[in-house]
Amino acid sequence: MSKVLMKGNEAIGEAAIRAGCLNYFAYPITPQSEVAEYLSRRMPEVGGVFLQGESEVAVSYMIFGAAACGERVFTTSSSPGISLMSEGVSYIVGAQCPAVFVNIMRGGPGLGGILPSQADYLQATKGIGHGDCRLLVMVPASVQEAVEMVMMAFPLAEKYRNPVMILGDGLIGQMMEPVTFPDHLKTPPSNKNDWATNGMDTRKSKTRNLVKSLYLDPEALNAHNLRLKAKYDRMREEEIRYETYNTDTDYQILIVSYGTMSRVCQSAIDTLKAKKIEVALVRPQNVFPFPEQAVLEAASKSSCRHVLSVEMSMGQMIEDIQRSVQGKRPVHWYGKCGGDVPTPEEVMEAVEKLIPA
Amino acid sequence: MAKTFSRPKCLSEQETHYCPGCTHGIIHRLVAEAIDDLQISGRTVGIAPVGCAVLCYNYFTFDFQEAAHGRAPAMATGIKRVRPDLIVFTYQGDGDLASIGMGEIVHAANRGEKFTTVFVNNTVYGMTGGQMAPTTMPNQKTTTSPFGRNVEEVGMPIRVAELLASLATPAYISRQAAISPKYIVRAKKAIRQAFQYQVEKRCFSFVEVISTCPTNWGMTPADALKWAEKTMIPYYPLGDLKTPESVKEE
Repeated sequence: MSKVLMKGNEAIGEAAIRAGCLNYFAYPITPQSEVAEYLSRRMPEVGGVFLQGESEVAVSYMIFGAAACGERVFTTSSSPGISLMSEGVSYIVGAQCPAVFVNIMRGGPGLGGILPSQADYLQATKGIGHGDCRLLVMVPASVQEAVEMVMMAFPLAEKYRNPVMILGDGLIGQMMEPVTFPDHLKTPPSNKNDWATNGMDTRKSKTRNLVKSLYLDPEALNAHNLRLKAKYDRMREEEIRYETYNTDTDYQILIVSYGTMSRVCQSAIDTLKAKKIEVALVRPQNVFPFPEQAVLEAASKSSCRHVLSVEMSMGQMIEDIQRSVQGKRPVHWYGKCGGDVPTPEEVMEAVEKLIPA
Repeated sequence: MAKTFSRPKCLSEQETHYCPGCTHGIIHRLVAEAIDDLQISGRTVGIAPVGCAVLCYNYFTFDFQEAAHGRAPAMATGIKRVRPDLIVFTYQGDGDLASIGMGEIVHAANRGEKFTTVFVNNTVYGMTGGQMAPTTMPNQKTTTSPFGRNVEEVGMPIRVAELLASLATPAYISRQAAISPKYIVRAKKAIRQAFQYQVEKRCFSFVEVISTCPTNWGMTPADALKWAEKTMIPYYPLGDLKTPESVKEE
């Protein structure tokens, strides 16, 4: 398919349709309301479902109800809305249903601001809802990558029977870039007849299906949570995704950065190279599971002296980086947490501060 | 001799966990009879609440989902929107529906979602041990209103059926009771009617059922039935408050 110029939020909506998801429930919130506006027009064209719920809380349960009867379904929101949805997310995890949640992050805490942010990293990766709750979390760095991740998210959610989150900063939603919608990422929905509450007649079954998260017997709950853990462990085995940049040099500094911020870091790395300062980048594409081994190996290179986490937050991913580096190198933070995106010059300055004169 | 009365097919043989004198068992049966009668169990999905009926899926034989506290109408919305061919009902108590879930039920009713809600009103939070609910009667003692519900502080009990009937969207809204045979016969008719409207894809349908909680009211089952009749029925009048036909006539 030929390239089209699209705003990130609209491309995300279109990507879900191209992936075969025709069900969308949402509540408006800046900076991602264009997804709902786009799909309110587009879903009727493709015979899909669009519904604006009365709150993010309600939307998360509309997603749950639809997912539990085996239909592909997704929603989009932004940080404060995701906090409200996190109640439903925990139930969906507990009930083992596939669904896709997109968080186009804005600043916080509280109302924070409406400009780009990456400050929901810990919320997304460390168990968004109550209980032993994990999501597969994908972090796009371009509109094209957001499209591909949305399309990949549905089969992954079905593979694990667990929600998948696309965690994009506000720029991913707001900027316009050329995109294509790769046909090969369109997948048929998996067979859900063995668990979904889609009506016994639908699956020609004499036994009913039950979707629930309540296990009053401690042994049963323990066994249930260990089954969830096995899925998270499998994600750690099979869903590590990252890219590296300039790692074939004798770099002194390793930057770890994701999303739009990682593109700014690449520009900084290119400019520093011209100044004979080699800096490498590990860019996680999934942040749960986190590419611990890749970060450790890159940090362990003998030329590498420091690791720098560059984030649009006060330093959240840095905790995963420190855990990965295991104290072998000092890990520093640079970033902004008010909505301004650090410039390449500011990243360069942060890097140069780490290099002895 | 012909068998004239038996367990509804879609009611399981599992013994219930409900207290002696509780009317949940009766209301479960009325739901099961309606579903059997309409021959829809193969395309029905029930939604269990949080509250005493949290385990009600154990007593039915068709597909079931379990909701979070108060959220069943949002889940039912999700199902009906993506699978309008399924028959969906929520079964909710008064803490679940009238307190934490008030937003969800009002908006689902106002959108005219084509599912059915069975709302069991026994004036208390049963499962958590008898705390005050939005439906608790004035001066009624509960574990969190030990001196009786003080309406000066917490207002009057909410009449959910009237509140929903005030919405302009066409709906079937009825209040019935499960506290004596004459009321139960009418409640059965209303619940069947509610499912019938759903089968016909007509409207949102809602049946409030006045119920008892002898355990948390601190009464014998017989006294609880008398108290409900004497105290609740005058405040929560019975009958159909709204039908889709009545809206058209306006």
